[in-house]
Amino acid sequence: MLDFPRWKVWAIWLTIAVGVLLALPSLPLPQSVVDHYPRFLPHSKISLGLDLAGGSQLLFEADVPDFNRQRLASMEDNVRTELRRDNPIETGDISIANGRVSFMLRNPAQLDAAVEKMRALAAPVGLTGSRAWDVQAFDGNRVVMTPTPEGTTAALKDALTIARDVVRRRIDPSGTREITVINQGSQRVLVQVPGVDNPEALKKLVGQTARLEFKLVDLTADPAQVAQGRAPAGSQVLPMVDGGGAIAVQRRVLVSGDQLTNARATNDQNGRPAIEFTFNTAGAKKFGRVTQENVGKPFAIILDNRVLSAPRIDTPILGGQGQITGNFTTESANQLATSLKSGSLPIKLNVVEERTVSADLGADSIRKGAIASVVSVGAVIVFMLVTYGRFGVYANIALIVNAFLILGIMALFNATLTLPGIAGFILTIGAAVDANVLINERIREEVRRGRRILDAIETGYHEARRAIFDANLTHVISATLMIYFGSGPVRGFAVVLLIGVVTSFFTAVFFTRMLVAQWARHTRPRDLHL
Amino acid sequence: MKLLKLVPDNTNIDFMRWRNVAVVVSTLLTIAAIAVTVVRGLNFGIDFVGGQVVHAEFAQPVHVEDLRARVTALGDGDALIQSLGGDRSYQIRLAKPPGPDAAANQVVTQLRQMITTQYPGARVDAGESVSGKVSEELALNGALAIGLAMLGIALYIWFRFEWQFGVGALLTLAHDVAMTVGFFSITRMEVDLNVVAAILTIIGYSLNDTVVIYDRIRENLRKYRKMSILPLLNLSLNETLARTVVTSLTVLIALAILMVIGPQVVFGLAIAIFLGVFIGTYSSIYISAPVLVWLGVKPDSFLKSDDGDKVVRRDDGAVV
Repeated sequence: MLDFPRWKVWAIWLTIAVGVLLALPSLPLPQSVVDHYPRFLPHSKISLGLDLAGGSQLLFEADVPDFNRQRLASMEDNVRTELRRDNPIETGDISIANGRVSFMLRNPAQLDAAVEKMRALAAPVGLTGSRAWDVQAFDGNRVVMTPTPEGTTAALKDALTIARDVVRRRIDPSGTREITVINQGSQRVLVQVPGVDNPEALKKLVGQTARLEFKLVDLTADPAQVAQGRAPAGSQVLPMVDGGGAIAVQRRVLVSGDQLTNARATNDQNGRPAIEFTFNTAGAKKFGRVTQENVGKPFAIILDNRVLSAPRIDTPILGGQGQITGNFTTESANQLATSLKSGSLPIKLNVVEERTVSADLGADSIRKGAIASVVSVGAVIVFMLVTYGRFGVYANIALIVNAFLILGIMALFNATLTLPGIAGFILTIGAAVDANVLINERIREEVRRGRRILDAIETGYHEARRAIFDANLTHVISATLMIYFGSGPVRGFAVVLLIGVVTSFFTAVFFTRMLVAQWARHTRPRDLHL
Repeated sequence: MKLLKLVPDNTNIDFMRWRNVAVVVSTLLTIAAIAVTVVRGLNFGIDFVGGQVVHAEFAQPVHVEDLRARVTALGDGDALIQSLGGDRSYQIRLAKPPGPDAAANQVVTQLRQMITTQYPGARVDAGESVSGKVSEELALNGALAIGLAMLGIALYIWFRFEWQFGVGALLTLAHDVAMTVGFFSITRMEVDLNVVAAILTIIGYSLNDTVVIYDRIRENLRKYRKMSILPLLNLSLNETLARTVVTSLTVLIALAILMVIGPQVVFGLAIAIFLGVFIGTYSSIYISAPVLVWLGVKPDSFLKSDDGDKVVRRDDGAVV
């Protein structure tokens, strides 16, 4: 007991030194100290949760049924294009029913050729060899394409990854804070923006799909039929944004927003807010050719399947630049420009959870939390002191070291401190004392039984260790489960608890034992004041 | 300096004398707690049932009725309006509107707009909105976390001790959880994610107590082969009594300070754990120990497992 090997002493002090160094950058130190903090030392900090720092958290969920419908619709488009290409194949109308795309052949002899063409559209998924779509022939003249589960899953995953990047590009320009955008589960995107306490603009910005399309207006459509929502084959009826009824447009997309390189808010010649956009080379070429071929005809500018406006093409637009007008306000024009520039969301996102805390409330919480922490640590220190005297001093040193170690480890892993985390911290401090209480009570007991002082200390530490270990391990079990299954506050609480249990085991069992051993070796006490 | 001794040396309290009374009382209380919870239900926060909450800080004093009328005018259903202290700070809660999840979120937007336009100078301090689907998941995960924590811990105790101890720990935990949940049902305090953290902490704390006592019982079972079980339990409880009192008091001090001067958001969490410390301390004495008697733990219960784990006592003669 008394001969603590030298390497062990060094290992313990080293651990503590590293812990304190790691914790330092997270403490509220005066600026002069911060300025002189050596650069080679660790400087990762504990970040504050939104409940403390103030900010907004939004959880978006992908609209999966809508996504699947879109996938079918775009496959329908692809099928149509593919059938017309190279060696055209004559078919009846292509239809979507029961989640499948199907068509009938005019000439059954072309069945093999048609199936061949469709197979080319069904891209392979991953390395398993399965394809995104199942192509089947029925009755000698009908082809049916069914999305495979593998294909659907992979498409959803891709779409969410793209969505995450698009969301990040949309939010990034609005602030320089540390924004978090991550995929959560298979259908969700989590967005955390510190410092923003009115998330409405954020919701609008992210909630907009921003799919921009240019299509020709179908002039052959019968206005009476359009009013009833019916359009000729190859066309569709879309509502006007300004509420001015509906309009029939050709299904074929002339140019889409994917080809934009830039978009910015501006004013049109009448001084009303508008959006100016620039196409990339391919887009500009295509736009130029299409407008040249259709001078005098109206084309529809469509955003998320709603027609913004349908101006007449007066002259071909060759420079690759254009302007969109509509019923914009300066704000909505800015928002749309940002959304267009960042690309369209491949999948519609809906808000399913929102949590916002203003910076004032956050600051208030952290101030009260910090005060409560300091006061309760102080109270525990006094209590330990009057209960255990010298051994209480050791327990208190361990307590303070323990606090540093918790902060240091949290900083090391860039953990986030939340309000329940502070509660967890206080609880850990309270419970960390338990280990020392167990040891000290045990030593008292052994002394009462008439053991020699040093022997009593030795036995006390040895016997108490088993109980401490078992008790702490139950904490580890529950904290681990909380981290794994819990979310938000539960997890924040559990992380601190888990770290605290581990560090308190170290400080109580190894650190105080070393302190006691060094004291006992030097003084060889005959009487134990405990 | 004279040291503080909360528990005198060598206490000899006959805890087990009242064990039958305690068990009857505990059983009745547990049944009552479950019954209350079933009948009255729990006041679930929006974390678990979905809905919207907004905290607003007004520049001028506001009448609740006035505020209620304006919230009702939005047409999003009945609002629950609570003062957060004073007549300028309120919490407005709305139930989850019927219909698709996407619609739910619009309510917070409307509420926020109404407050800032109709009450000049008002500030929305916090806003939360949880959809039905997410709240169902949160509730399920919360229940799962509590259930698995209990099971995991009981299995660990079984593994480290004997099966009787595992069963004892599980019953003790069931008692603690039932009592805590009953407390929330009676007080109508809001049950949110923080409370799940609190219940898990109570489980952990109560277990801590139980394990320390079990550890001592196991040790004494090996040490005093001739002693019958009841005096042995009494001895173990007395030996650990000082530790139980000092630790509980420390944790209670820390929690009391958190409740009084800590941030309002953690009040529910702190009070639940505060209560849990009492329940947990009681149950580790009066449930976890008597259970061992019924399950037939005897001094020779540990004979088999002794082989690899020898405890050698030189000084007091009780050699194992």
